[in-house]
Amino acid sequence: MSRLDIQGLHKFYGSMEALKGIDLTVPEGEFCVFVGPSGCGKSTLLRTIAGLEEVTRGTIAIDGEVVNHQRPRDRNIAMVFQNYALYPYLSVFENIAFGLRARKAPEAEVKRRVGEAAEMLGITALLGRQPRQLSGGQRQRVAIGRAVVRDARLFLFDEPLSNLDAQLRDGMRAEIKRLHHEIGKTTIYVTHDQIEAMTLADRIVLLRDGRIEQQGPPLELFEQPKTQFVAGFLGSPQMNFLPVTLEGGAIRLADGQTLPAPPAATGASGPMTLGIRPEHLSRSTGEAGPTTGRLDALIDLVQPTGTRTYTQFRIGDVEVTAELPAHTVERPGARLPLSVDMARTTLFTADGRALGAR
Amino acid sequence: MRLHPERGLGLSLRLVLALAVLVFFLFPIYWLAIIAFKTPEEIFAYPPVWVPENIQFANFLVLFKDGDAETVFNSLFIAGVSTVFAMLLGTMCAYSIARYRTGGNLFSDWIISNRMIPPIVIVFPVFLLFVTLGLVDTYTGLILLYTAFNLPYVIWMMKGYVQDVPLELEEAALVDGLNRWQVFVKVVLPMVRGGLFATAVFTFVFAWNEFIFALILTRNEVTTFPVQVTHYFGGQSNFWAKIAAMSMLGTVPIFIVVAFLQRYLVRGISLGAVKG
Ligand SMILES: Nc1ncnc2c1ncn2[C@@H]1O[C@H](COP(=O)(O)OP(=O)(O)OP(=O)(O)O)[C@@H](O)[C@H]1O
Ligand SMILES: [Mg+2]
Repeated sequence: MSRLDIQGLHKFYGSMEALKGIDLTVPEGEFCVFVGPSGCGKSTLLRTIAGLEEVTRGTIAIDGEVVNHQRPRDRNIAMVFQNYALYPYLSVFENIAFGLRARKAPEAEVKRRVGEAAEMLGITALLGRQPRQLSGGQRQRVAIGRAVVRDARLFLFDEPLSNLDAQLRDGMRAEIKRLHHEIGKTTIYVTHDQIEAMTLADRIVLLRDGRIEQQGPPLELFEQPKTQFVAGFLGSPQMNFLPVTLEGGAIRLADGQTLPAPPAATGASGPMTLGIRPEHLSRSTGEAGPTTGRLDALIDLVQPTGTRTYTQFRIGDVEVTAELPAHTVERPGARLPLSVDMARTTLFTADGRALGAR
Repeated sequence: MRLHPERGLGLSLRLVLALAVLVFFLFPIYWLAIIAFKTPEEIFAYPPVWVPENIQFANFLVLFKDGDAETVFNSLFIAGVSTVFAMLLGTMCAYSIARYRTGGNLFSDWIISNRMIPPIVIVFPVFLLFVTLGLVDTYTGLILLYTAFNLPYVIWMMKGYVQDVPLELEEAALVDGLNRWQVFVKVVLPMVRGGLFATAVFTFVFAWNEFIFALILTRNEVTTFPVQVTHYFGGQSNFWAKIAAMSMLGTVPIFIVVAFLQRYLVRGISLGAVKG
């Protein structure tokens, strides 16, 4: 179990700056997820931690010891790769044992540890096979086995589930979480899938264009996004963003309707963006109150998913999605009064920062 | 299983055709082989003796008794050692070029362009060099020369194979605790094994068949087998029996090498990475 400290980390590829000053601390035993859109630098950050990329500026320390100039093998880190990185010419057993043999572990220990890892992952029956005789999910287990078999200080995962089909992915996700509970090792996990990030993480580090946009526990990022980017990245269906004008404690929408301003908006005014999550819109049952807004919606699309129904309507020229209980709306064309829980909405200034964010 | 009559007919036609092609290609080899086992009378008999009465080994025995057969071992030694050298050096160079872009993008193009010079063009300077260095008529001389000749080809071929090795495999090994050199030996070499064998076969065959340099740079100490065969084409007469027997001796090693490594010669059988 180890702690990771990164300070002022910059990484250049030639003149391209991939990481633009990363400060991050991952405490012992934490499950930390790097998430962000493609090309934001997640893999680059992970690979500099592993020692596969050189650091241009800044420090990476494991347990207080700066490892910038250590070779990957000296950092004692285990890593699971996106394409599994299994050696096709070695059996499953030898694949898992690879890291132990590289470190010259005695044969008896290799046997014991590989056995234990295989047991933990339920792949004991596969140990004698060749990697090409395995399914995608089984290969992924072997790849994870290769990591857990070693007594590494950090576990790194780079999009380990992205090659699996959706159903398998859900199963493996749960398994990785269970594994982390069992082993308790400090883990860093890269994904561009926000659901994976939300479900797995103790701490989400949301990257954007080489910088940390926001980091914290999943629900904190979800409920108190510091920027419009964070708010839009997390949550599915996506948060609705409406252009509004804030004046005198009221919010005026593009089509003239008004909503009461949330408490965070006190003292602010001018053009803003109002963020409303689809699940915070509901069928209105009464009049507007000080914290409940009322919207009149002309429904133009209804998408039932079973338990919930995604309902779309327009305000000005923005398409808005509401997530309503099934049977609330039957068909497009209906007029529907909606209420908005203003305390759970967020206002963003023109530069994308949330009002009231600390 | 009973065949449909038409299919049966088509099948026999195909078989006949295949047989004809086979005879066309195999007959010269058969003829060469059979001469090696014939008596002088049978060789010159007219009409020709298609199948000799009894197989006799006199032609081969003579080659071994007079020491001519040693040239096959010379060839074996020179081609074998130079192949090992070229493969070792070339594969390391290829790895360096493929992974570290050693020498920039055009370096490997320049290397392979060296291989395109007609050998005859450089025979004379090489001869002078060898005279100066005292390498004429030595194993070392020919081994060095063939190694140098084959290096560009090996580098070029192996560079392609190395580039096909997924980088992830090497990175996983680095993280798992190997150093660069160990990664090369334990990951890269097994991954390019097929390419290694295929390239080695061509390298070996080149050295085995090389004639011009062997002719000019050797006297009588380290004569190679192709050079030896030419000694049997006399001004007055040709020693057909010796030519045939020697050719057989020279073909057998190649035959064994190719048969043994045949499955690697099909480039399609590359191990490839395990992907999802
Ligand atoms: N070896 C490299 N040379 C030059 N630029 C690179 C290199 N590797 C990555 N980059 C660039 O650095 C940036 C960050 O890349 P990175 O691979 O870290 O993104 P990512 O967040 O992992 O994206 P994805 O979700 O697509 O994997 C990208 O703009 C990419 O083009
Ligand atoms: Mg990536």
